[in-house]
Amino acid sequence: MNHLPLIIKREYLTKVKNKSFIVMTFVSPLIMVALIAVVAYLSQLNNDKDRSISVLDETGVLGDVFVSTEHTTYTLLTNESLESAKAMIKANEDFGLLHIEKSIDIVNVLPKVRFYSDESPSLSIMSSLERKIEKKLSDTKLLSDGVDIEKIKAAKTNINIAQETFSGEKTSKIDSYLKLAFGGAAGYLLFMFIIIYGNMIMRSVIEEKTSRIIEVIISSVKPIQLMMGKIIGTSLAGITQFVIWVILGSILMIVLSSVFGISMTEMQTPQQDIVNQAMQNPEVANEMQLAIQSFYNLPIGNLIVAFMFFFIGGYLLYSSLYAAVGAAVDNETDTQQFMMPIIMPLILAVYVGIFTVIEDPHGTVSTVFSFIPFTSPVVMLMRIPFGVPIWQQVLSFLILVGTFVFTVWFAAKIYRVGILMYGKKPSYKELFKWIKY
Amino acid sequence: MDNLLVADKVSKNFGEFRALNAVSVSVPKGSIFGLLGPNGAGKTTLIRIINQITMPDTGQVLLDGKPLKPEDIQNIGYLPEERGLYKSMKVGEQVLYLAQLKGLTKQEARKRLKYWFEKLEIGDWWNKKIQELSKGQAQKIQFIVTVLHQPKLLIFDEPFSGFDPINANLIKDEILQLRDEGATVIFSTHRMESVEELCDHIALIHKSNKVLDGKLTDIKRQFKTNTFEVGLQTDTIESVSNAIKEKFEVLPATFRNLNDDVKMNIKLNANDSSNDLLSFLTSKAEVHHFVEVIPSASDIFIQTVKNN
Repeated sequence: MNHLPLIIKREYLTKVKNKSFIVMTFVSPLIMVALIAVVAYLSQLNNDKDRSISVLDETGVLGDVFVSTEHTTYTLLTNESLESAKAMIKANEDFGLLHIEKSIDIVNVLPKVRFYSDESPSLSIMSSLERKIEKKLSDTKLLSDGVDIEKIKAAKTNINIAQETFSGEKTSKIDSYLKLAFGGAAGYLLFMFIIIYGNMIMRSVIEEKTSRIIEVIISSVKPIQLMMGKIIGTSLAGITQFVIWVILGSILMIVLSSVFGISMTEMQTPQQDIVNQAMQNPEVANEMQLAIQSFYNLPIGNLIVAFMFFFIGGYLLYSSLYAAVGAAVDNETDTQQFMMPIIMPLILAVYVGIFTVIEDPHGTVSTVFSFIPFTSPVVMLMRIPFGVPIWQQVLSFLILVGTFVFTVWFAAKIYRVGILMYGKKPSYKELFKWIKY
Repeated sequence: MDNLLVADKVSKNFGEFRALNAVSVSVPKGSIFGLLGPNGAGKTTLIRIINQITMPDTGQVLLDGKPLKPEDIQNIGYLPEERGLYKSMKVGEQVLYLAQLKGLTKQEARKRLKYWFEKLEIGDWWNKKIQELSKGQAQKIQFIVTVLHQPKLLIFDEPFSGFDPINANLIKDEILQLRDEGATVIFSTHRMESVEELCDHIALIHKSNKVLDGKLTDIKRQFKTNTFEVGLQTDTIESVSNAIKEKFEVLPATFRNLNDDVKMNIKLNANDSSNDLLSFLTSKAEVHHFVEVIPSASDIFIQTVKNN
């Protein structure tokens, strides 16, 4: 008799109707969006702050490098002693004072530079000041050695190697980043999904044990049916939650940005500045074009299909292990020792993915790990945007399925025995004995 | 007599430990069958094998003469000793779910549920969560879950634990009625007075082996020691007692009764009948009390377990 649909339905409905699940589903995106909004707002605040910095340049040659910008005003002080300058700035409540000590031979002896302020300045302010002085000093040195700076500027070249595959597809560095982003997102999503919903399955198995309903249930259905029903039902609830998160999150983002005027493009992060500048540069505009093109070049179809297969395969593989752990113990605190061997390969997979796939997506390490079943879902998903031969994908998936079948069998054995065992926490040795029962 | 369930030389090992050693029992149709034994004897393992929760290593179980099939779970209702329900699920939903797992349709389950709710005086619990009910109330729900699909075979493991005497009686009457309606009941308990009260047949499992089984009355006959509890009235207590002690094996007796002078348990001599004893006694004194000592289920239990 097949009770699987009935069990799936119950597991799904119980999860979805659970109050804390509902709260989590609807409040998490709110919190996330609020957090992003706060961060965006704060960073805007920070950048909007106007600072005025006074420069007391005793060398008399460095003053002209300090050009005021929108938020930072530089004031050059002349004929002031350091003490009186300090007192004045303090009285004006200005941000700080940059003091460049007199130096007899500015080319050979570096002047002593000191920054005075009430609050310690941020790293970015300091490095920007340092850059300005360094540039001027090195220019001065070059000049004193008789080098024509204009010529050096003119000699600066910028090479951008265009990439093309043998089949004629144009690619670029941006292409690699894009692939990495896609693969990484897919792998990381799977990782998160396994951890969150695997735990949920485990808890629901433990709940059945502690409420002692388990014996009633398995006098009606086969343990493996119950286990599979639990895994599938919980996964469906997880997918529901994920979809709601994505939809709700996007709606909230749109609403929030239009209501509060916090547009994502206006977020003045330094990186964005660079991007904005770059956009005006015709060469980079060309690169953007390439990026868009490389997006279309991505094996989208392959990515989607592989994502579904590896996602489901990897998720089922791990969640059956979670179910087995839940069956082996009486309460959540006892799960720790059994969680380690489950979490380790997952974390390994993410690290291998991040460190080796970037370096060499088709190298030995990445290839091997994309075949080992416990790491293959994550690593393979990260590799696929770089183009993995279909036979490799199929082989890896078959290995995954084979392992999955074995793990489910193994987990079902532990599950079958474990759900009826109460009392002491079993050891690994005992778990292996259970398999023989 | 027809047997509904036959376990034939069922053995089960858990690693090194032998939980059941070639245990055979036959449960007659329409009987209440007491499955007895000390803690850890293997009763639960046998019950789980009947429920197909665990599989026997060797031996087989026949239901209605045919080996157990997965579909047979519909014919069995099981109330485990370790019982429970989903705490945060509503009563109605939960019972419907469990009934559907036993093969009932939703409509049918709903109809029968109404009947049982009325019968056990369960009113408006439908939308209550199990955690809002008292222990006894939850037990009632559990009982309904066990019997709702009208199985041929009912297995109750300590069914009365958690019930107050009134509800325990209510459940006892329900069990008897189910038996009268044709169900066969396997009943596992440590409460010997309920064995005495309910069981027609018993089997005793001790240290993984079946050590005793059969009709309760037959077993009692087998265990009786031909001892009679006797109360006499006489003026010459000493001489009467001595006369009896000379002729018979005598044990002290304690029972309540109005002014008997001599109270004792007297064992019949071989080849004597109870009439022989009685006529001997009447010749000595006035007999007020003369009852055969029948071993209680509890006595049989203790004696058997001690001897093994």
